[in-house]
Amino acid sequence: MHLLPEDQSPWIPNRQAGVMSLLRPLLLDVVPTIQQTAALALGRLANYNDDLAEAVVKGDILPQLVYSLAEQNRFYKKAAAFVLRAVGKHSPQLAQAIVDCGALDTLVICLEDFDPGVKEAAAWALGYIARHNAELSQAVVDAGAVPLLVLCIQEPEVALKRIAASALSDISKHSPELAQTVVDAGAIAHLAQMILNPDAKLKRQILSALSQIAKHSVDLAEMVVEAEIFPVVLTCLKDKDEYVKKNASTLIREIAKHTPELSQLIVNAGGVAAVIDCIGSCKGNIRLPGIMMLGYVAAHSENLAMAVIISKGVPQLSLCLSEEPEDHIKAAAAWALGQIGRHTPEHARAVAVTNTLPVLLSLYMSTESSEDLQVKSKKAIKSILQKCTYLPALEPFLYDAPPNILKHVVGQFSKVLPHDSKARRLFVTSGGLKKVQEIKAEPGSLLQEYINSINNCYPEEIVRYYSPGYSETLLQRVDSYQPLAN
Amino acid sequence: MIGTFSYAKFLKFLYSVPEAERGWEKSGVNGKLTAPLDWLYGLVRLPGRRIVTPVVNQMREAMATLARLQARSKAVGQQYYFRNSVVDVFRKKENDAAVKIQNWFRGCRVRAYIRHLHRAAIIVQKWWRSYLSRQHYQLVVKLAYYTMKMNLYNEMAVRIQRRWRGYKIRKYCFDYFYLKEYLRAVTETNDAIRDALEEFAEMKEREEKKAALEREEKKRDYQARKMHYLLSTKQIPGIYNSPFRKDPDPWELRLQKAKPLTHQRPRVKQKHSISLTSWLACTSNRSFPRSEILPPINRKQCQGPFRDIAEVLEQRYKPLEPTLREAEPINELKEAREDLRRQEWIRNVNDNMFLPFSSYHKNEKYVPSMHSSSKYGPNSYGCQRFRDENPKKWICPKAVEPC
Repeated sequence: MHLLPEDQSPWIPNRQAGVMSLLRPLLLDVVPTIQQTAALALGRLANYNDDLAEAVVKGDILPQLVYSLAEQNRFYKKAAAFVLRAVGKHSPQLAQAIVDCGALDTLVICLEDFDPGVKEAAAWALGYIARHNAELSQAVVDAGAVPLLVLCIQEPEVALKRIAASALSDISKHSPELAQTVVDAGAIAHLAQMILNPDAKLKRQILSALSQIAKHSVDLAEMVVEAEIFPVVLTCLKDKDEYVKKNASTLIREIAKHTPELSQLIVNAGGVAAVIDCIGSCKGNIRLPGIMMLGYVAAHSENLAMAVIISKGVPQLSLCLSEEPEDHIKAAAAWALGQIGRHTPEHARAVAVTNTLPVLLSLYMSTESSEDLQVKSKKAIKSILQKCTYLPALEPFLYDAPPNILKHVVGQFSKVLPHDSKARRLFVTSGGLKKVQEIKAEPGSLLQEYINSINNCYPEEIVRYYSPGYSETLLQRVDSYQPLAN
Repeated sequence: MIGTFSYAKFLKFLYSVPEAERGWEKSGVNGKLTAPLDWLYGLVRLPGRRIVTPVVNQMREAMATLARLQARSKAVGQQYYFRNSVVDVFRKKENDAAVKIQNWFRGCRVRAYIRHLHRAAIIVQKWWRSYLSRQHYQLVVKLAYYTMKMNLYNEMAVRIQRRWRGYKIRKYCFDYFYLKEYLRAVTETNDAIRDALEEFAEMKEREEKKAALEREEKKRDYQARKMHYLLSTKQIPGIYNSPFRKDPDPWELRLQKAKPLTHQRPRVKQKHSISLTSWLACTSNRSFPRSEILPPINRKQCQGPFRDIAEVLEQRYKPLEPTLREAEPINELKEAREDLRRQEWIRNVNDNMFLPFSSYHKNEKYVPSMHSSSKYGPNSYGCQRFRDENPKKWICPKAVEPC
């Protein structure tokens, strides 16, 4: 039906009304081909624009479609399901209108049809309806769609598998109860088997479905893991398709974020190394779930953070931090680095050695960073600095840090210097002592106490020598000195 | 004048008075007068003075002395008075001296007594203090001993606790070496996974390349088959076999290898009917293959002692002519029934007979449909969701009776 091209400029409303009233009687025509073509035309109209979809709904066409859906042949069913899908995809209200006219039961009946094309169209329509919100998903589930979708996944046609997987993913993403319903229908085992399928688009949907199931609670994540997806899912991280990589890292992230045991499992399976390599090989938003996964794993415990460090995660994260243009990815990388470095001095040292702290500081200070990025980089700097004893990384902070961060830096120096003589010498020769003398602090504040404890590590003369204005005082003494009369 | 006399001078003066005058002197303290001879012998015995002893001389001397003495009696009286008064002069002094001496002596005596008392007291105190200190010392010793023992026990307990705590931490809470091992194992696993993934990626690439090459090959083959007519003949060199070239183009070789393409007509699928006659006629495709295309009309007879092909085919594909017994058997009805039963057995979903009244179904156990149950147990779809009873939502507690 090429009379209605899809890229036409927006229709004027009364013309739409005209079209609908023309097409509606054609749906009741005797000749089946005309019915099918009219339905296809309606579908294409509704697909293009949501105003047109509303017009379809207002034109009272849906009940007729639903009624004939139950009776006609497969071509009509496909076309009618296409119309329902096209109407339902635009907004929750339109989807609710479809549900209200009782389309769900007929669509579920279509799911039991023999023809895979009909099943695909019905599954697609159900998926689009369930996508909007939890109530619509619940309505789809109540119509009994889930076991049939699970059966559809097992069919040999790849397109049908894709659509069924995407529908299951859309159903289970809203709430834990819906995800539990999907799991109870036995979906996980079938989804897990299909991870090895070579089709990239199918893998995307499968991984997305598994991650939507696993994200809700620990039990669901454990059930997903029990389906033995590791280490097979790691091969998906090496796939050529970007979205497969993204969905695979999303799945691993959703599993890792719940408990330390699950993160431990992922680390033991070598997942961290695979994710780090995956981060290295992509750019932009694809990297984001991988970065967050590293942050979640490191946040649980210091052993896991150490495992992330020895898998060479920190250089990769600092690379992301410096070269990504978008703020939210930088914020995620800053957060992940903060989680890695906050546990013990060893961890802080591992982060500081890669020279990321100046980058974080510049992100915090720059006015172009978004607020979220500033907050996250500040937290990261604070948490790393409170444990950092690696002095060469701390020294640049003395020069250009704002006062609230300077306090922590000076505090760290005051903790390390009393015990280490080589560090004291280095501190003096590198000009740190001079800089510390120049810092102005209110007497009685914490900063002043730190400065005092640093000054106590050195003999009086040296402190005086480096205090500002010492050359003036010396010159004054020269002026006031009376040479001895012999 | 009397006061200025020192006592020493007085004593000198007294010694210097001769013996004669001395007889009248009252013997100092007592004041008794002695007889003349007694006074001779009662002379104050001064040291270093000797007395003459013959008796006659003594009488003469005595008379002489008496005369002398009477002459001197006044002087003696004066001297007696003077001496007494002189003694008086010094009485106070002597008294004072005596008092002093007595004072001193008494003092000494008292002091000696006090000293004695002191010594006694000291001895008593010494003994008492030593007793007390010994007791105290015993306490101190006991305490010191006790402290020493407790220190020793504490020290030993600390040693045990130290060992135990170290062991506990290392074994149960944080085993450093285990952590190191674990991290090493994680690194190894990571490396292994990285290698495996690299291999996997390489394998995928190789497979893709191979698939791409095969597709290319197939395309080229198909093209060569389509362009078969461009093959060069003996007279006319084809476009790929230009006489000016040294070697023919690879397409030429491909064209030589390719079979000419003939477009196939869409095949009509033969109905696969299992009839008795066709089986017996042995006309199955496997044993007697038939092609849709008839053989060419002017096909030459194969060389050799072969029969005419038409005859052969006629004989081979002659349809079966079964006998009457086979064609229309007596138990045709029975066999038809068997056949029907077999068909039903193949076709039917439900083997149970239809029972007309619901009372026949009363004792049957409900088997849930496969579509609504899963590996994890029966689904609560039909039972709990649609017909679920929520007593809280009921308007009235009892079920409504139909009237």
